Amino acid sequence: MADLSTDCAGIKSPNPFWLASAPPTNSGEQIMRAFDYGWGGAVWKTLGFDPPVINATSRYGAITIGGLKMAGFNNIELITDRPLEDNLREVAQVKKRYPKNAVIVSLMVPCEKKAWHEIVERSVDAGADGLELNFGCPHGMSERGMGAAVGQVPDYVKMVTEYVKEKSTVPVLVKLTPNITDVRYSARAARAGGADGVSLINTINSIMGVDLETMRPKFSVGGLAAHGGYCGPAVKPIALHMLSSIATDPETRGLPMSGIGGISNWADAAEFMLLGASSVQLCTAVMHYGYRIIEELTSGLSDWMDGKGFKKVSDFVGMTAPSIVGWKKLNLHHKTVSRIHPEKCIGCQLCYIACNDTAHQCIAVDRKNGSRVPYVIEEDCVGCNLCSLVCPVEGCITMEEVKTGKQPLTWEQYTAAGMAGYGEVYKRMHS
Amino acid sequence: MDSSTRRVYAENFKELKSALSPEDALVEANRCLWCYDAPCAKACPTHIDIPRFIKQIASGNLAGSAKTILEANALGHSCARACPVEVLCEGACVYHEWQERPIEIARLQRRATDALHQNGSRPFEPGPDNGRKAAVVGAGPAGLSCAAYLRRLGFAVTLFDREKTPGGLNTHGIAEYKMTQRVSLDEVKRLLGLGIESRLGKEIGRDIPAEKLLADFDAVFLGCGLGATRKLGIPGEGLRGVWDALSFIRFVKERNLKPLGKSRVTVVLGGGNTAVDTVTQSKRTGAERVILAYRRGREDMGAYDFEVELAKSDGAEFLWNAAPTKILGKTKVEGIEFCRTQIRQGRVVAIPGSKFKLACDRVVKAVGQEKNRSLAESLGLKTDSDGRLKADPETLGTSNPKVFAGGDAVNGGAEVVNAAADGKRAAWAIWRYLNPGLPPPPGNDYWVSTIEGRLVAPIPERGGRGHHG
Repeated sequence: MADLSTDCAGIKSPNPFWLASAPPTNSGEQIMRAFDYGWGGAVWKTLGFDPPVINATSRYGAITIGGLKMAGFNNIELITDRPLEDNLREVAQVKKRYPKNAVIVSLMVPCEKKAWHEIVERSVDAGADGLELNFGCPHGMSERGMGAAVGQVPDYVKMVTEYVKEKSTVPVLVKLTPNITDVRYSARAARAGGADGVSLINTINSIMGVDLETMRPKFSVGGLAAHGGYCGPAVKPIALHMLSSIATDPETRGLPMSGIGGISNWADAAEFMLLGASSVQLCTAVMHYGYRIIEELTSGLSDWMDGKGFKKVSDFVGMTAPSIVGWKKLNLHHKTVSRIHPEKCIGCQLCYIACNDTAHQCIAVDRKNGSRVPYVIEEDCVGCNLCSLVCPVEGCITMEEVKTGKQPLTWEQYTAAGMAGYGEVYKRMHS
Repeated sequence: MDSSTRRVYAENFKELKSALSPEDALVEANRCLWCYDAPCAKACPTHIDIPRFIKQIASGNLAGSAKTILEANALGHSCARACPVEVLCEGACVYHEWQERPIEIARLQRRATDALHQNGSRPFEPGPDNGRKAAVVGAGPAGLSCAAYLRRLGFAVTLFDREKTPGGLNTHGIAEYKMTQRVSLDEVKRLLGLGIESRLGKEIGRDIPAEKLLADFDAVFLGCGLGATRKLGIPGEGLRGVWDALSFIRFVKERNLKPLGKSRVTVVLGGGNTAVDTVTQSKRTGAERVILAYRRGREDMGAYDFEVELAKSDGAEFLWNAAPTKILGKTKVEGIEFCRTQIRQGRVVAIPGSKFKLACDRVVKAVGQEKNRSLAESLGLKTDSDGRLKADPETLGTSNPKVFAGGDAVNGGAEVVNAAADGKRAAWAIWRYLNPGLPPPPGNDYWVSTIEGRLVAPIPERGGRGHHG
């Protein structure tokens, strides 16, 4: 069986699955229960100075897509609403009883050196294995000059990270907000400030919808709604993009990352890890089903690693990141075409109408012979994938590589060579 | 109703297909693939745009969903229960190609129309008065459908039926465990709400002269169905305990079991769906033993396989290749005599010396209905050799240009949905007959487009990309 233990920015845990800083990590009692189930680590619900915040009611919202509940989830909950003293006492208790599990304390205080020094000192004294600086919370706290209000300004990110590093004797992760145009600037600032790693993504600004009976916002607080933080399965591709952009940026390459954003199962986690995350954090899936999902997460990841011959997580963390490149580095001479396997086709014709109405008009149906099975006009097929994406039957439409016999040619090479051979490429793509 | 009858209905006449819960309906609706040029919609005789109404359920638009259904089929509420969907829409579902359970189209359809009936909203309004009068004979599925679409086209419609209770076989002939009488009557109420004048308990030829119909109306639609159950022409047919299937089923539907008496052994004669229905209902109303006797073999039975399976699971016995020759008894049925048969070149041939007797106390004849010849004769209409009204397949026009006909009277006995499709087709033909070349009034284009099935958008055979040389 594979060794699932991991070291993320110097924070060690028996497996890479951490509970994200959120309601599931609100108290020591909860976190200890989660560790009993097998969670590797937990990022404590963000601590701040007393008096604790006051939350509004209601707090959570979700969207259902095609019957899938909680496909997207949002919240307007603030940081912990419990006294700092209570939380720190419980941090110490948890660490005492679970010395092998990672307890990371998430922090958020005003942008003053003194404030950060104090809370860092107290958290480290309580026994935290690491700190996570909450520069991502997009609602409520950001209006008070904290959370995303810091994360959106790279200079602040660097400055506060420096404050924290001056005092901290444990690793520091900076949690990044996705509510910016290019996450690499924040990541560079975190690294410049001395961060041991980054965690991303925090939640995305969101309004969950409008009630069509009352015309009021959905999930409102007495008829009014504030934007909340969006997460859950729907955000995963956005998180993967941000993660990979840090993994591939020459200035931040190698910076340890804890991956967050729509992870629902072991396979999602493996994808984050292949793109460079050495730990992953979950929340929505846990809020949907409870701590028990950890059993499926660890067994699934372990079985997959065994199947692939990976002995430890560092064998594959970041393995796929180099394959994420700029568009200009893609080979324009690479060609795939669609193949419909008639023996598997059920005749729904979704590929047919999708291709003809919205893609490249290269799937046809022979109505004369009465068959409902479409066929591909291969010489017209641009290999766009749409047909295989809409097809409901596994393996019925495959995209197959066609050897062009041509040397790879990228846009970068092409423009560097004064666009020589343009006509040839154009002809291949369009005739 | 006494308590034992009530128990019989509570225990034995529960709906075979229950309503979907809102949650289950959503899951099922989302399972629909939304096929292009969907086979289910093609298989439906009324060509309901099934993927569209299912997606409307998925998006929470139940009212729109019911409208999509009822545009194409005015009797969509009862068809959701009465249709043999196994051989129609659900039988055509592409999930079969996948060796998977088809979409539960009937139950989804019911979800939408039940919701509409519950909130009592009216999906359509009658068209502006077009100054013409139409008579519809028969308040069964064909007549109701025709009358409803005629109203939408703006005709003044008078609906005649010899029965006091409207709905035809929808009200009197569908097994209660498939559809309760209430469903049919609710539907009739909604349709009559379009402003159809109904003259119930009035039979053409008996209470109203046929000629008057032709004189008083600009067009006439005959949806009068079939006549009484055929005679067997064998001794003993008049004994007490001999029933025709339609009367038998009617008593069961009216939850009036007393006149039917108790039965130890019931023999049902026939091989169609009505015979199988009768066997099942006999068993469920308390007959200890039920035997379906058919003069041909299993392979010649007209009944659907799933109906036969239902009867089997109820414990019905089957007697193949047995033709009744005599019903035995002094005043009431005591038994029945059969002879064995063979099928030679498609014909039933009695095997000499093969007679045998079976003790029974009830015989139900489900051997088909006679044709309504008298009405055809009094209106001077042509019939085929079988007595069925002759009607043009495209317009359902008869030999008299102002008379149109559909449903069982023309097809000899088919499904509710076939009758509903005929009624719709005839309504449009009546408009065209009286208003040659005129488009339908606003608001009627959609249902008219469903008569032949909506055509798929033509896509050029070889792509539409500009740069194909």
